[in-house]
Amino acid sequence: MTVEVIKGLVAIFLAAILTENYVLNKFLGICPFLGVSKKLNTAVGMSCAVTVVMVIATAVTWPLYTYLLVPNELDYLQTIVFILVIAALVQLLETILRKYMPPLYNSLGIYLPLITTNCAVLGVTMLVLEKGHGYVPALVNAFGSGVGFLVAMVLFAGVRERLEDCDIPETFRGLPITLVAASLVALSFLGFNGIVDGLL
Amino acid sequence: MSVLTPILIVGMIGLLAGVMLAVASIVMAVPKDETAEALEEILPGANCGACGFSGCSGYAAAMSKGEARPGLCSPGGEEVARQCAELLGAGNVQVEYKTALVQCLGSTDNTTDRFDYEGIPSCSASALLTGSITGCRYGCMGMGDCTKVCDYGAITVCSGVAKVDPHKCKGCSKCVDICPKGIIKFVPLKSQAVVRCSNCDKGRDVLQACKIGCIGCKKCENTCEFGAVTVENNLARVDPEKCTACGKCAEVCPRHVITMLEV
Repeated sequence: MTVEVIKGLVAIFLAAILTENYVLNKFLGICPFLGVSKKLNTAVGMSCAVTVVMVIATAVTWPLYTYLLVPNELDYLQTIVFILVIAALVQLLETILRKYMPPLYNSLGIYLPLITTNCAVLGVTMLVLEKGHGYVPALVNAFGSGVGFLVAMVLFAGVRERLEDCDIPETFRGLPITLVAASLVALSFLGFNGIVDGLL
Repeated sequence: MSVLTPILIVGMIGLLAGVMLAVASIVMAVPKDETAEALEEILPGANCGACGFSGCSGYAAAMSKGEARPGLCSPGGEEVARQCAELLGAGNVQVEYKTALVQCLGSTDNTTDRFDYEGIPSCSASALLTGSITGCRYGCMGMGDCTKVCDYGAITVCSGVAKVDPHKCKGCSKCVDICPKGIIKFVPLKSQAVVRCSNCDKGRDVLQACKIGCIGCKKCENTCEFGAVTVENNLARVDPEKCTACGKCAEVCPRHVITMLEV
């Protein structure tokens, strides 16, 4: 029984990173993916902040939805309530970080408030409910999604740093080549399809 | 009732979140350095780095902690220095104005190019590829990387050598950082003698490379009554602290490479 449970959690975790990557498979959170991936260290910082927010947001929204909205038949309020909760949580996180971890707060800078409107965070909290996961699997899924975001950001930051040194035709310089590169990275992630089922 | 429930629930969630944030901001309030903030208000906000700190906020923080003195902000000048000193109760302060100086006079009249360069028109690129186009391997490349980087239009390239207008220069050090030859240096903005050459080769090699390069003959060193001019490494140097701008070194220099900076 316990082995089955752990197996299930590992499957959810791996699926969230590889086959259901929020950036490269679901195309959520493209804004930070393109905006913050110019340098490796900022990409890592942003991804870690997103991961933390994803887990905390899921930890709050899941019980809120299950025990408050559904019994009152208010599940249509899901989007607006979740946005409200996520925004408040990010603000709270910012206050806590500023007080207790000033170096981290300074290095995250503008990225932390930006997460308020990151659709990947909203996506993680909402899509997990559609799947009907329990509380713990939902948290594992949120953590896996954050790690998947990190993987996508780090890979793409590497690609972009290499692009800087390339002799790109003038018409493709800047955003066009970035979008082309993003689509190619996303294509490569399609290769993971089915891999999680095969693993377990 | 069915209309009121969602309004109540969302309202309650919003209220709870609001109260939570309000409490958090009071409990976890971070004491702010009010002096530093007031100082930052006074500073120009150009974040140029002339003071040697990372932007205006860094300088303001250092000043409020007593780690830096007012008057290092050359874009702000006397007015900013006076206001900062007033705020800190530090009395009158002398502003240190600095200007960048291109230590080369190797114009196309004075040196000859070793070959035609047709690559990327930038000093850095050409220095990487060729070392130097002109006969002098220390001298100005004359392609104006410094001109492009200057926000104040203080640098012009005239017949293959860059020149800084000391009155327009704000001392931000961007040109100093970008020059691949490292021939732009800071000098205090005051009347003084300056050596406009960076060639450390021996006299015979300099004679071949440039019509106007310093040959290290030490005439200036022997003439100076104040010990301000020294020849090190085949190149004359002026100590601006000691220089009285008497102009004698400039008179005796056989290569006319020591000039007077008039302010």
